[in-house]
Amino acid sequence: MPLNTIITITGKAVPVPGADMDTDRIIPSRFLKCITFDELAGTMFYDERFNTDGSTKHHPIDDPAHAGACIIFGGENFGCGSSREHAPQAIKRSGIQAIVAESFAEIFIGNSSGIGLPCVCAAHTDLEAAIELTRREPDTQWTVNLENLTLSCAKASYPITMQANFREALIRGRWDAVVELMNAPETVAKLAASLPAPSLS
Amino acid sequence: MGKTLYQKVWDAHTVGTLPDGRTQLFIATMYLHEVTSPQAFSMLRELGLPVLHPERIFATPDHIIPTDDQHEPFADPRAVTMLEALRRNCAENGIRLFDLPSGQQGIVHMVGPELGITQPGMTIVCGDSHTATHGAVGSIAMGIGTTQVRDVLATQTLAMSPLKVRQVRVEGTLRPGVTAKDVALHIIHRLGADGGLGYAYEFAGSVIDSMDMDGRLTVCNLAIEGAARCGYINPDEKTFTYLKGRPYAPKGAAWDAAVARWKSFASDPDAVYDDVVIIPADEIEPTVTWGISPDMSIGISGTVPNPDDAPDAETRKARTTALEYMKLTPGTPIKGLPVDVVFIGSCTNGRISDFRAVAPLLKGRKVAPGIKALAVPGSQMTARQCEEEGIADIFRAAGFEWRLAGCSMCLAMNPDKLVGDQVCASTSNRNFKGRQGSPTGRTLLMSPIMAAAAAVTGQVSDAREVFDINA
Repeated sequence: MPLNTIITITGKAVPVPGADMDTDRIIPSRFLKCITFDELAGTMFYDERFNTDGSTKHHPIDDPAHAGACIIFGGENFGCGSSREHAPQAIKRSGIQAIVAESFAEIFIGNSSGIGLPCVCAAHTDLEAAIELTRREPDTQWTVNLENLTLSCAKASYPITMQANFREALIRGRWDAVVELMNAPETVAKLAASLPAPSLS
Repeated sequence: MGKTLYQKVWDAHTVGTLPDGRTQLFIATMYLHEVTSPQAFSMLRELGLPVLHPERIFATPDHIIPTDDQHEPFADPRAVTMLEALRRNCAENGIRLFDLPSGQQGIVHMVGPELGITQPGMTIVCGDSHTATHGAVGSIAMGIGTTQVRDVLATQTLAMSPLKVRQVRVEGTLRPGVTAKDVALHIIHRLGADGGLGYAYEFAGSVIDSMDMDGRLTVCNLAIEGAARCGYINPDEKTFTYLKGRPYAPKGAAWDAAVARWKSFASDPDAVYDDVVIIPADEIEPTVTWGISPDMSIGISGTVPNPDDAPDAETRKARTTALEYMKLTPGTPIKGLPVDVVFIGSCTNGRISDFRAVAPLLKGRKVAPGIKALAVPGSQMTARQCEEEGIADIFRAAGFEWRLAGCSMCLAMNPDKLVGDQVCASTSNRNFKGRQGSPTGRTLLMSPIMAAAAAVTGQVSDAREVFDINA
């Protein structure tokens, strides 16, 4: 299966700050009652953005100044909580192409990388500066560069980090693992024969 | 140099190294539920691939199942669609489904251990973060995403990077009234909701050694709330006694061989850990969360913390946000906080031992007026045991609504939900904003006996005082 390489993402950014941004906040569980991911566009951070009566909470995502943003600036332990892939799916299907945060929950980072949504880490002070700049000048064009590991715009450049294997998978267009997982059927068959499977007998 | 259980299980299941450097890991057993699997089957169909090892995959519906009335069709058409999809996908692919009429349905993390499918030395995955639960029998169990569920359906393997291993040793003796739930909440509080990033937690020490299997399942269940993707406990005689005779456990001569094999997976005495944390048992109180992250907890004698006392700006901000959402004032004693709803259940605390612990305390007592109290056995098997042992009747007599098996009020994907800004004393695993179904609902996580104390007093209470268990 040919996949696109993901090396640079360029566009406006939107801040979604705060530590421990859990997947229930990224996508409330009522939106999980679906059997495809197709309906998830626009649902990201729903209860963070809207009151129960549907009125706006004036979240930066809904600020016209950040309209069309394709990069999220987040906080520590972004995506903690449940393993629901609905969370990165909702984010990706809402037009976001990269997330920059201080750190990410393990399951979230794996889910995101597996659907071609890079999660990269930046230092606390750099993120604060980037958020400040993008709040002041929302039209700032940021570039997340996975090759040289920088987050940059015309006025600033910050180093970013990411797990080497996820980076490799994205920039080589190998982020969907299933093709490579099918390359060793004999070894898999051998393990399947030697490792006991639970059975009623 | 010795190895940890994590390393041994990882090595035994390694297929090879992928071009991006990740390990291709064989998965011994995968569990499915209705929320995170239908999309994976769709992806598989798009690729035109069959399920490679259906005999290693087990399914049960849990999240969307109503616990009051399970007559079909359910009132919620979306729940009907999801259940139908699970049934169809399992039937078409020869996957064993523990469906509602089977008598073996329940929360997937209860069903697996109860049926003896979850065994030591296995790699176990499920599209659900609380898969960590299964580590309690000495397996490496992890939550995965739906694309990864597809990978396992297609290849019975996953692309993974190994975690570091932190041994969390709880040493000493727990004080009376302090339970496995309190141990887990205390660990999360000590190490932080993000403290386990990059780690598997090996729970050990005298407290874990003497803990029963249901308690161990509770502790491992909550590993993920401390950011550890998997938590495990080395298999011992308690593990083997627990598994013996369960439907899917090996029998006869195969049993002895299995036990010998299982023992070999336990961490070596000279195993090297990436980190070791020792937690004294006597510092653990009955613990209650006050905020919107599972690490925001205090002992029952404590007061709601003040953001101004926070060690850093981030913590101050997090506390302020939490207090605002919880409508709490710094310095308020947690004891005495009025509650509206009590929920005893979930994959954290919906096991037979949880109901056995609470039932004798409820005998002759009543749920306080105006309190809605739900008792929800996590599986049909546990529900049957509770009926047989008279436990269900004790809960009913006390004024609890005794429900049918399911995830219930843990996560708001079924009719059991908080309304408005109700406060819920809950034995579940997450106090996130909106977790229990109302975007303004407030969750206080605690142990089953603490939830029972809240039920009979109508407020957060010290179970040791209410039930006189200090003796």
